[in-house]
Amino acid sequence: MEKYETHTHDVIVIGAGGAGLRAAIESSAQGASTALICKSLLGKAHTVMAEGGVAAALANVDTKDNWETHFKDTMKGGKMLNNWQMALYHAKEAPERVRELEYWGALFDRTKEGRINQRAFGGHTWKRLAHVGDRTGLEMIRTLQEKGIHSGIDVYMECTITHLIKDGDRVVGAFGYWRESGKFVLFRANAIVLATGGVGKAYKYTSNSWEYTGDGHAMAYEAGAELIDMEFIQFHPTGMVWPPSVRGILVTEAVRGEGGILTNSEGERFMERYDPERMELSTRDVVARSIYTEVEQGRGSPHGGAFLDVSHRGADYVRRKLPSMYHQFMEFADIDITKGPMEVFPTTHYVMGGVKVEGDTCSSTVPGLFAAGEVAGGMHGANRLGGNSLSDLLVFGKRAGEGAAAYASGKSHASVSAELIEGYANELREPFNNTQGENPYTIHQDLQDVMQLYIGVFRTEENIQKGIDEIEKLKERARTLKIEGSVMFNPGWHLCRDLKSMLIVSEALARCALARKESRGAHSRVDFPESDDGTWGKLNSIVAIKDGAMDFATRPIMEMPEEFSRMFTEDK
Amino acid sequence: MSVAKLRVFRGDSQGGEEKEYEVPVDEGMVVLDALFYIQANYDGDLAIRWNCKAAKCGSCSTEINGKPRLACKTRMDSFEEGETVTVYPIKAFPVIKDLVTDVSWNYEVSKKIPPFTPAEDTEWIMYQEDVERGQEFRKCIECFMCQNVCHILRDHNRKDAFAGPRFMIKIAEREMHPLDVLDRREFAREEAGVGFCNITKCCTEVCPEDIHITDNGIIPLKERVVDKYYDPLSWLLRKIKGK
Ligand SMILES: Cc1cc2nc3c(=O)[nH]c(=O)nc-3n(C[C@H](O)[C@H](O)[C@H](O)COP(=O)(O)OP(=O)(O)OC[C@H]3O[C@@H](n4cnc5c(N)ncnc54)[C@H](O)[C@@H]3O)c2cc1C
Ligand code: SF4
Ligand code: SF4
Ligand code: FES
Repeated sequence: MEKYETHTHDVIVIGAGGAGLRAAIESSAQGASTALICKSLLGKAHTVMAEGGVAAALANVDTKDNWETHFKDTMKGGKMLNNWQMALYHAKEAPERVRELEYWGALFDRTKEGRINQRAFGGHTWKRLAHVGDRTGLEMIRTLQEKGIHSGIDVYMECTITHLIKDGDRVVGAFGYWRESGKFVLFRANAIVLATGGVGKAYKYTSNSWEYTGDGHAMAYEAGAELIDMEFIQFHPTGMVWPPSVRGILVTEAVRGEGGILTNSEGERFMERYDPERMELSTRDVVARSIYTEVEQGRGSPHGGAFLDVSHRGADYVRRKLPSMYHQFMEFADIDITKGPMEVFPTTHYVMGGVKVEGDTCSSTVPGLFAAGEVAGGMHGANRLGGNSLSDLLVFGKRAGEGAAAYASGKSHASVSAELIEGYANELREPFNNTQGENPYTIHQDLQDVMQLYIGVFRTEENIQKGIDEIEKLKERARTLKIEGSVMFNPGWHLCRDLKSMLIVSEALARCALARKESRGAHSRVDFPESDDGTWGKLNSIVAIKDGAMDFATRPIMEMPEEFSRMFTEDK
Repeated sequence: MSVAKLRVFRGDSQGGEEKEYEVPVDEGMVVLDALFYIQANYDGDLAIRWNCKAAKCGSCSTEINGKPRLACKTRMDSFEEGETVTVYPIKAFPVIKDLVTDVSWNYEVSKKIPPFTPAEDTEWIMYQEDVERGQEFRKCIECFMCQNVCHILRDHNRKDAFAGPRFMIKIAEREMHPLDVLDRREFAREEAGVGFCNITKCCTEVCPEDIHITDNGIIPLKERVVDKYYDPLSWLLRKIKGK
């Protein structure tokens, strides 16, 4: 076969967003030789786009805040389906992880006393989100990137991993290609951290970038790992609606955090009917359903959304606190948000489901394979609170880095079979050799339509089943793809493999959605509108590969010990 | 729906040529949408970098009708009816393929800048007015368009001697961090070549984040470097005041 490079490390981290960077920094600090691999250039991962803030009970603004309250908010937001241990670690460790960013050079917005400022967000009892205007993710990724490049990590940019390699039970390497040259590359390692982010590109309207094709989910699944709670995909209530070319782009929750008000075509502040107590700052699942319902019932804005207005806060304040929203609407929609309302509608945003991990070290069910960040599941349960992702990346990025370095320590590298590699290489090159076949772009568009239509905000058995049937047909069509051009930086070719990942996660999503016969958090079944706490409230959904096909199972949720469960009954 | 003509550079390090495409234009469409249309309908292998499609990641820098622009931020309705839109890779960096260039030099420069170094006994108290200067520079999305237009890099290719405007503000940001204690003036002068900049302000003009690269970054940095050699006391004052 054609020549390929080989690199050998103790630990490889796949993905260079917040989770991957934090994991690599930690792994390297533990003395492990560490590689950091990403599909884009360094610093361009999704984390760069995060806007509103990072949640941590620093109690700088609302001094009553503490980890107990953050823990409770997170569990309640997740409808108690969360892995409670992860939610606990997260609440306890987030403040230190955020302060650490400051030690590494981050410049958060300040309180009058000169501490890190915090803002309100949906589902958080207190003002809890540390932020920098509405570009918190940029601050976070630059800070970690800066720390990372001075930590002795080997960075491999614009390199796509396509296969995890196993020796017996455990993972021992990863195979992929350089986007630039199209040449293959093999990484040998004793532990692998997946930090590949989410899956939103399976949907037509999404806040996510081209990278969000669920590669990590799919590779873990193919390596035999279990995926948990894949039916829970978050539709962020406020995506842009108009003009068509920007549909789906995110309007940060910080707009509501800073006092933004939602109204319908009749001028009614409709959240009064859905959640009178928390109003616009209700949890995302509730706000998304409310906007969706208003539009369905004919009370939508001209382009089929709701109005979101923050102009009453005054032009100066809006421009200072929400500068990138101001520019986004000015430049893309000719709308001045300091003067009038925006139009918004739910957009596919975040996947709560993911690789099943345990909270201590983020190890998956496959030995040597770890996962952190959006690709990991469990932490957020049935619905994620805003700001809890950035903190999740830091807390579990660090834990995964530690866990992987410890696991790798003292192990020797396994040999990798040449035939295996050749098989992967042939599989990847196939679209160039096929004389006939489908255009990957066409199948991708068709998949996005299917997911948007059948596995959306509101679901029914009939629709989900139709979705599954359609996905099956698409899988069949995707078996023979054909692509033009050379192997050099060829996006059409790249899409061929990404498409395979998206088909796997789409199927997982649909199968879990079909099975869960209740409504909980982000999963709303019109045919089962109530939550079924007695049965489904105690079960996680699990998918895993079995004899080459996707197998669905349920698993009892992790039991919460008395000392913590008491915190929830006391409240009632 | 109207139809727009695009002429896009197709080629690699060995050379290439313009190729013409016709693309239907929808309301609000940006140049990046037009390039997606080309990928999906004509040439699946057209290479372009992008991530956010919302002017937040700095991946999609190209030269549109001869001007450096973010393809995701340049609206098709900003052109005259019937005007042909040309799209080229940014010129200051070597072409890899089509609209993708080799920007790795920037990452090498970035790594050389001495990192943030806080005082050991700090209480981490910083006031909003003290962090604002640094926050302005930290808005940088690393689109490298300022690097692309700076004549020292673009026309004279002095990448051996001058770090470029993007990294001048990175040095300035460290220097102005209220809690940083390291002195980077020697570095700014000797390694980064701040003296090469003759304040043409072309960099500031193209910055999509409206960072005042020259006025707030390079000029104060030049002043500090001068202080080092002629007036150490006023450097100390500037450092303490973050100005
Ligand atoms: C517009 C927007 C705003 C948001 N705002 C907030 C907010 O205010 N607060 C908050 O808490 N959360 C927010 N979120 C969510 C949060 O930003 C993401 O969940 C989080 O950044 C994900 O981080 P990550 O480290 O898991 O992955 P990412 O940052 O997405 O990084 C994934 C990495 O994996 C790499 N990768 C993927 N596949 C492969 C492969 N096959 N081979 C090699 N590399 C691969 C990518 O190149 C990338 O480097 C927002 C999300 C969006 C889209
Ligand atoms: S002002 Fe200086 S850095 Fe900016 S473009 Fe001109 S010479 Fe280059
Ligand atoms: S300073 Fe401005 S122009 Fe230069 S790289 Fe940063 S964002 Fe781009
Ligand atoms: S795609 Fe991110 S800046 Fe254009």
